[in-house]
Amino acid sequence: MSALFARMVASRLFWPIVMLLVLFAVNLIAFPGFFSITVRDGHLFGSLIDILRNGAPTLIIAVGMTLVIATRGIDLSVGAIAAISGAVACAIILGSPNPGSISTVAVAIAVAILMSLVFGVWNGFLVAVLGIQPIIATLILMTAGRGVAMLITEGQILTVNSPPFKALGSGFWLGLPVATIIAAVLFAFAALITRRTALGMLIESVGINPEASRQAGVRARGLLFTVYTFCAVCAAIAGLILTANTAAADANNTGLFIELDAILAVVIGGTSLAGGRYSLAGTLVGALVIQTLVTTVYTVGIPPIATMVFKAAVVTVVCLLQSPTTNAALASFRRSLAIRAGKGAAAS
Amino acid sequence: MTALTDAPGGARRPGGRGSADGPARGPGSAGRSAKHRLQSVLGVITSPKYGPVTITALLFVAVFVIGGIRYRGFLSGQVFLNLLVDNSYLIVLAVGMTFVILTGGIDLSVGAVVALSGMIAASLLQAGWGPETVIPLILISTSLLGLLVGFMIHVFKVQPFIATLAAMFLARGLCYVISQSSISITDPTFVQLAVTRIPLGGRMSITPSVIIAVVVVLIALWVLHRTRFGRTVYALGGSEQSGMLMGLPVARTKVLVYVVSGFCSGLAGVLFTFYTLSGYPLTAIGTELDAIAAVVIGGTLLTGGYGFVLGSVLGVLVLGVIQTIITFEGTLSSWWTKIFIGVLLLVFIILQKVLTARRR
Repeated sequence: MSALFARMVASRLFWPIVMLLVLFAVNLIAFPGFFSITVRDGHLFGSLIDILRNGAPTLIIAVGMTLVIATRGIDLSVGAIAAISGAVACAIILGSPNPGSISTVAVAIAVAILMSLVFGVWNGFLVAVLGIQPIIATLILMTAGRGVAMLITEGQILTVNSPPFKALGSGFWLGLPVATIIAAVLFAFAALITRRTALGMLIESVGINPEASRQAGVRARGLLFTVYTFCAVCAAIAGLILTANTAAADANNTGLFIELDAILAVVIGGTSLAGGRYSLAGTLVGALVIQTLVTTVYTVGIPPIATMVFKAAVVTVVCLLQSPTTNAALASFRRSLAIRAGKGAAAS
Repeated sequence: MTALTDAPGGARRPGGRGSADGPARGPGSAGRSAKHRLQSVLGVITSPKYGPVTITALLFVAVFVIGGIRYRGFLSGQVFLNLLVDNSYLIVLAVGMTFVILTGGIDLSVGAVVALSGMIAASLLQAGWGPETVIPLILISTSLLGLLVGFMIHVFKVQPFIATLAAMFLARGLCYVISQSSISITDPTFVQLAVTRIPLGGRMSITPSVIIAVVVVLIALWVLHRTRFGRTVYALGGSEQSGMLMGLPVARTKVLVYVVSGFCSGLAGVLFTFYTLSGYPLTAIGTELDAIAAVVIGGTLLTGGYGFVLGSVLGVLVLGVIQTIITFEGTLSSWWTKIFIGVLLLVFIILQKVLTARRR
């Protein structure tokens, strides 16, 4: 029993899940209807569904970010890419004669995602070919990207009126929010191709030592390109959802701080920023923790704007719990317990 | 955090010193000494230590001269001084950031701390506190925040990126807790400091903020190049392991750089309130990136170990002069600034890469 418990504590998913459960418990006490899900017009409604829907963009970006961080990289430009993709899509929809048609929206989405491919390749080029530190390489696009988004929107907030586009953000399909379905599909896709093939292991090997893995026959450069491009595409999809949710492209504020939320989700999920090991399931839990926290702050009645203080508290607590120093202290505590238990066993 | 992908071969050697100082100069002919001088100039430009700074300086002069050719009234002392007036808070921020980046760390919280200290100043002054208590209080509390961040990084081995990210969320959140709207400052001392112009003759003038910024830069120069602490900062950036083996006070230094950065952010926040005379929770978003960009453009290696405070000041001036040109241009929209800063960052990072690669 205690061995099982020890293994659970040792799992990297333990603390994030505890965090999530604590948040759920707080919600249940403060807001008894928290877990109730009602069906209205064939759509599911409830706090949990809200968490899944509003957390979708963060989760989507966090999935891409997890793979980037697994290669010992980081992608700061995702917020800017989200803003650009939203701006591009809105500009195309506004410019077309028939903004409500599905084909217009499809073209807009396709162009936005194609553009994100270019940005992903650019980031990959800087990191893999020029060998610039990822944090700086992506800082370039983070700084310049919002400027580009501003150029596209000409400094204005583009408001679109297109039902099919809006459905991307606030629509429902089979009773579930469209955004959640997109996030789920993307998550499943990433999990399948990295965990059912050797790809995940190769990514981790690049994260541990790019040079050594190249010499062992891993195409490190190609992998880095793939990972950054995938992350950029995730960012573009998240940007489309965010833009569709408000039906407006705001170059300054779309996806503001989302890169930090995504990194937070990854870190809370137990993936180390030092690369080499990652957990997509952890990222999922991390994204849920962040979104549940935001929702909790809303429902408890604290001014929503103060969520950042709570985010800071959560990051600090999770980081301190996961830190090697704490682990060492816990381990020595467990050892002393085991010694005491051992003495008892010897006596009997 | 990403040391492996970008560990410049030169970082572990006192790179460039050999060629920067030039070969031992014998009592040769005038022609040979000219050749040597040229060689040593080239050595300076291509060394990872001095190269980026020299190129930033040349770039600054070039941009300034181009501006002077293009616009009437650009090439004047006051335009230059205005760069200092408008960016004094950024200079102070960049100084703090330089300390952190020299050790190989990063501080993402500075922009939020600037906003927070503005909010603290505005709300406390509104509540009737005197500036003589408010300003020290701000400086102490932001230094304390830096101390906590430093502890998190050193004792709990949290990556600087994440620890300062938490500090950023905390500071930004506290801004909103203090107030969600702008608070204006009417305290006579602050207003006085905001409107005072110190004449320098020839119709040129500066503000008290500039003097504070210059004093901060001078102190930073002294600390980095004349004290044990400064040398340890450089040593940590070169290799923390070696520093530890040499018996340098690694722990103390690593924590202290974040205190320095926290103090500088607090001071920058105060200077920023002199400039805007208000506190607003949304101010200074993205300022941490401006500060990092200034430090990088100023030639400090992001992996630590190489760099100068004066380079960071030059970096701020380059960013400032670009902004001024865009203002003079009038037709160009302000978002071009962001794109330009991005392009400049790219150019300088590739430059650093090339310079450090040649030393390998």
